[in-house]
Amino acid sequence: MSDRYTPQELMVAVAAREIADGELVFVGMRLPVLAYGVARSTHAPNARALFELGLLRDQPAEAFLGTMGDPPNVARALWATRMSNVMALLAQGAADLGFIGGAEVDRFGNLNTSYIGPPPRPRVKLPGSGGGADIAILARRWVTLMNHEKRRLVERVSYVTSPGHGDGTAGWRTRHGLLGGGPAAIVTTLAVFRFPPGGGEAELATVHPGHTVEEVKAETGWPVKVSSVCRETAPPTAGELAQIRRLDPGGFWTGGPG
Amino acid sequence: MREAVSRFVPDGSTIAMGTCLEPAIPFAAGHELIRQGRRDLTLVGPISDALFDQLIGAGCVARVIAAWVGNVSEGLGHCYRRAAELGQPRAIEIRDHSNFSISLALWAAAWNAPFLPTRTLLGSDIPSSNPDLVVDDGWVRVLPVKPDVAILHVQRADASGRAHAWGPLGITEEAGLAADRVILCCEELVDAEVTLSDPNRILLPETKVVAVVHEPGGTHPAPLQGFWKRDHAAHREYAQSSRTAEGFERWLREWVLDTPDRASYLKRIDPALRITRHAFSAPVDYGDE
Repeated sequence: MSDRYTPQELMVAVAAREIADGELVFVGMRLPVLAYGVARSTHAPNARALFELGLLRDQPAEAFLGTMGDPPNVARALWATRMSNVMALLAQGAADLGFIGGAEVDRFGNLNTSYIGPPPRPRVKLPGSGGGADIAILARRWVTLMNHEKRRLVERVSYVTSPGHGDGTAGWRTRHGLLGGGPAAIVTTLAVFRFPPGGGEAELATVHPGHTVEEVKAETGWPVKVSSVCRETAPPTAGELAQIRRLDPGGFWTGGPG
Repeated sequence: MREAVSRFVPDGSTIAMGTCLEPAIPFAAGHELIRQGRRDLTLVGPISDALFDQLIGAGCVARVIAAWVGNVSEGLGHCYRRAAELGQPRAIEIRDHSNFSISLALWAAAWNAPFLPTRTLLGSDIPSSNPDLVVDDGWVRVLPVKPDVAILHVQRADASGRAHAWGPLGITEEAGLAADRVILCCEELVDAEVTLSDPNRILLPETKVVAVVHEPGGTHPAPLQGFWKRDHAAHREYAQSSRTAEGFERWLREWVLDTPDRASYLKRIDPALRITRHAFSAPVDYGDE
């Protein structure tokens, strides 16, 4: 097994470590599907996965997934049902952790996946919320994954599809009636940001091997607050890489050798 | 299919489609809508894979009420972008939802309720750009969305409109119950004794169903549990072709306008996409005395 890995493979490994054993995870799409599979096969054998189209699983699918609705993700499911039943669990606060992809994120963890520019005639129309807003508001905590680019990590998003910690003031989510605890981390191709418990501003927690704090600052659209315990991100272990490459043969999602 | 679409889906209809999210998308029905030149449609759906993008690109759509429109494995919907950003081939009105809120909007219509209250979308800007979502006293009121017609693709149905569907159902039940009428497309047309042997699995009341269309392979490139794998390559090809308006026009001509029906379309599809490894469930006992 090569000890070289792609940025996406590292993101998957980092995301997998966010999943604690026994947790109910609202998985979503793309890299988080791999992250759930890695966690389940390594440190979190009792983690269960919920998929919004109406599925509950306790093991990763046995074949490559292009979407959560591919037949291998339905085979050996624990529950195949309607979306509103899955949303019932989310609305009760039963989902410990959710994953959301984002086009833009700001320093308070608010995500935009809807409009760049004014909604009536946007400069870029992005696909929309999907289940992102639901996870952001209702899951107990959530993590977002995205490419680290200055145009994506912006001072304030122009449109909040999926609310994070709002304006960053303490208790913003509680005051606005949001059920869950909000974003716990932003995982990028360069680094990991974490949010203080109770909300507020993202702090740079770890920088991926081969990158520097200065580089992260230069590629981030807000003045980066560096945690006093900021360190290097632990690279993927051989075990994590083996699982990632088993789940993504050909490297469709991670660009890895698969 | 031709007759079902021509009789039951006039111009200006509000149509729920793609209600299972990524699987069981009635692509064949959507392509027939395009061939018949439908105009001013309102599309209703949750995460909506490439079918909505194709209908928008073909100029059939006036309004989209959905949680997500794009290409699930590839990302952006290029026709959706051109319509929203440039008004090409025509401007569209967009009413954004989340997956949860579009489900609630359809349940509200199904139950004939004025609205359903939820905490989802609190703190989001989505209600500010959709008049069907009203923030009031710490709740979001989701107003009903009522389709004229729901077009659904199921594994099997009988000629009287009793459908058996399995796998994740997404928002299919609320869409079917909320709609005035349902068009069923089915992989297998079966005798009533098959569907009636398992009434718990019957998807919707037959009273809603106005047409049953036997359309094998009607979901390609979307998958159908027990029958078809997802065609990832076709999704990639569509994403690349639709990047420009000209590329989309070429794609549309080749795969929709110059393809008379689904049977001819299927001749061009890789036969390896058919699922051959079956896994049947155990029968259940409806015994009585």
